[in-house]
Amino acid sequence: MKLNQTLLATTALVLSAGAASAVDLTLVSWGGAYQNSQLKAYAEPYMAEHPDVNIIWDESSAEAVAKLRAMNEAGNITWDLVDVTVSDSIRLCDEGLAKEIDFDEALAPAPDGTPASEDFGDTLVNDCFIPQIVYSTTFGYRTDLVGDTPPTTVCDIFDLEKYPGKRSLQKRPIDNVEWALYCDGVAKEDIYEVLSTDEGQKRAFDKLGTIKDQVVWWSAGAETPQLLADGEVVMGSTFNGRLFSAIAEQHQPIAMLWDMQSYDLDGWIVPAGLSEEKEAAVMDFLKFATDTQRLADQAKYISYGPARASSAPLVGKHAELGIDMAPHMPTDPANATNPHVYDYGWWADNRDDLDAKFQAWLAQ
Amino acid sequence: MSDTTQVGPMRAADGTPLKKSLARALRRQKLRALMLIAPLLIFVLVTFIAPIADMLFRSVENQIVSDTLPRTVVALKDWNADSGEAPGEQVFAALSTDFQIAAEEKNHTKLGSRLNYENPGISSLFRKTGRGAEDIGKTFMDQFVDLDKTWKEPETWAALMGSDSWLADDAAWIKAKDKKAPQPAFDLRDGVAAALPTTAAVYRTFARDVRIDGRKSPSDTKPWPVLFSALAQDLAVATPDMLSQIAGGDIARLQAAATAVDSSAPYSFKEAFLDIDKDWGDVDKWETIKAYSPPYTPGYFLNAVDLEQGPDGIQARPEQQKIYVKLFVRTLWMSLMITFSCLLLGYPVAWLLANLRSSTANLLMILVLLPFWTSLLVRTSAWKVLLQQQGVINDILVWLGLVNDAGRLVMINNQFGTIIAMTHILLPFMILPLYSVMKTIPPSYLRAAKSLGATNWTAFWRVYFPQSVPGIGAGSILCFILAIGYYITPELVGGTNGVFISNRIAYHISSSLNWGLAAALGAILLGVVLLLYYVYDKVVGIDNVKLG
Repeated sequence: MKLNQTLLATTALVLSAGAASAVDLTLVSWGGAYQNSQLKAYAEPYMAEHPDVNIIWDESSAEAVAKLRAMNEAGNITWDLVDVTVSDSIRLCDEGLAKEIDFDEALAPAPDGTPASEDFGDTLVNDCFIPQIVYSTTFGYRTDLVGDTPPTTVCDIFDLEKYPGKRSLQKRPIDNVEWALYCDGVAKEDIYEVLSTDEGQKRAFDKLGTIKDQVVWWSAGAETPQLLADGEVVMGSTFNGRLFSAIAEQHQPIAMLWDMQSYDLDGWIVPAGLSEEKEAAVMDFLKFATDTQRLADQAKYISYGPARASSAPLVGKHAELGIDMAPHMPTDPANATNPHVYDYGWWADNRDDLDAKFQAWLAQ
Repeated sequence: MSDTTQVGPMRAADGTPLKKSLARALRRQKLRALMLIAPLLIFVLVTFIAPIADMLFRSVENQIVSDTLPRTVVALKDWNADSGEAPGEQVFAALSTDFQIAAEEKNHTKLGSRLNYENPGISSLFRKTGRGAEDIGKTFMDQFVDLDKTWKEPETWAALMGSDSWLADDAAWIKAKDKKAPQPAFDLRDGVAAALPTTAAVYRTFARDVRIDGRKSPSDTKPWPVLFSALAQDLAVATPDMLSQIAGGDIARLQAAATAVDSSAPYSFKEAFLDIDKDWGDVDKWETIKAYSPPYTPGYFLNAVDLEQGPDGIQARPEQQKIYVKLFVRTLWMSLMITFSCLLLGYPVAWLLANLRSSTANLLMILVLLPFWTSLLVRTSAWKVLLQQQGVINDILVWLGLVNDAGRLVMINNQFGTIIAMTHILLPFMILPLYSVMKTIPPSYLRAAKSLGATNWTAFWRVYFPQSVPGIGAGSILCFILAIGYYITPELVGGTNGVFISNRIAYHISSSLNWGLAAALGAILLGVVLLLYYVYDKVVGIDNVKLG
């Protein structure tokens, strides 16, 4: 009896102590190799330092905007930190679904004392978005299916005579319409001006229409590497990190086509309306996870460039393969000969229009 | 008298008419029965009917326009689209107030997206204007501040607008610095609402938003720029007499401002909006705003059947935007094909199951059920491996020499792929009801038919088949209704021309966030299914359906 009571009392004590200090943080990301790199570079070291914090992962970033909107309507935010692309962050920030951040206060300065807002520089595109990585959407091709003349420009995608066979493109207008206009003879700096007119949009869709029959449309980043590995497509667009892992880790007969690679950023947003305790815990994690060393660490696991200038010199070798990671970064000078920086502002304004037109065009 | 009691209605022992008493007893019994099923009923209502009803309600709901632009909607009532001109200054003044509040509350992009469904281009117009909204009417703010620097201070505004008792409570709340303590609710000073109606309304919104956002007080938060243009507009019409009605406020300050602002050159809100984007002068855009200002709209349903609300009533959408009717027809047609191929493949299997020795039949049954226990995604991906151009089936055909290497068959990312994969997935739903019905058909009937001279075919067609019809009905209904609402499999193997209407619903729910249209499409789909069910009931009879 006495023993029982003591046991009960101790359990109750332990439970209440645990409940008082333990914090569950729900992080939302994209799954796959990318989420794994975040787990290794940010979450595991953080949890080792803070045993009272428990990080739970969700893989719903693809539907982040819809889900956050639904949570907001229901008045019950169950996510604490969400990994999104810039264009989604603009939508979330505009709608007040993401918290506005004071970058210099919330983020750690560079080791030499440069304030965060300067260290991140141009990658800070709106008030809510804390960038982590620079990645690019670019093409990979099957080395054994293109003969002796491998493609050298993005316009080879539209050349069905020289490179017959299917190609895979992302099921969205972003990037595709820019490539189409570029290959239809529009100068790079004029693309968005042309795209702002109805005729320009029609021109882009007409150009895409020349290969429509030969396109496999993908919606998950893993599809193109799989299609390439199966030999289903000759060439296809996807995120450069996915191609890196197909080439370097799985040794597939695939090569990169960096021409007109489209730079994009990926980063965190904090949902608006968290409780004070949650918010404090999230901000503490965020400060840790976006400091110079942590961002450089992530590049050990995946070939995406860190968003901080001060992280770049710290990028080292792949954690398992031991190969030098710098030449595989989209920002490496050898790869960045003709990059395309897509216009976030333009897309934020016009995405609704173009999405609707693109979806209708697809269904025709 | 007592002898004639039988003349009136029959009465129960307590004197109430028998009929009434009987009815009461029956009602009590029914109520008791109802109470038994009440937990289930409430559960179904709360977790099933209510969310569906709420979602379907979104297909007609349209409060967002009048909630976000309340003053503009009222001012627009007098505007006539036939005039061929954009509305006048009065509407733009109302719009400037509404829009700046919406931009502060970050509602303008939501409204822009909403109206963009009806008139592509409005979303970008709203977003662009949202970024420049702070500068509309900024000249008024400058005038106030030039007149007196203290106009910039939050306290000035709080003292003007808030009642004395609120000011005292608020000062105490700020002093206590206890964020957990309940914040005093904002209370307007007497007479302000009458003298300065727009300013009072805007300030009330400001006070509420400040409170919700950061648990701050309006008396220590920078006032919104829109307050200045609102006050300037109010002062332009307010007479000194009206201002003097304000109880105990700093009337001298207001009067000084009134004379200063009054003498200034007239400001055009219309010009300010047109400077940000010339599309604000577009009659077409205003027509859309006006057409969608009522709180309920048929717009989503019209959209769902490729129609739109034009200036002269309902009209067809432009050719390149027409997709939904086509998708509905495709969904119905392909679901029929899938149901039919399920029946074709399932019938013999069910017959075997019902007529084999039970040990063999059990083994076969496990094979039928096995796909049930496998993940849907795994099954669908397996079909990709089998059907793709470099896949197993094409490889075998090339190896056999039936097709040459260049002519590999395209069997996936089109309708064919969807039909094959869906048939596989829905097959158990056909086989199980068929099996359960066939199990009850005595084999002696067939033997009797044959002993009476029927051929195998006649015996099957005239005796066995009619008895299996209830199973066919049940299986077909199950397969068809499941097929019509499927979206994962078509999304993965359907390419662009093998996708269903449900894929569009999913797209509008999770990507484009056009929940209204998704709800309208869903409501139509539900309607079609119910209609088919009704037709089926009339033709075959729902009593003939047997699920087991």
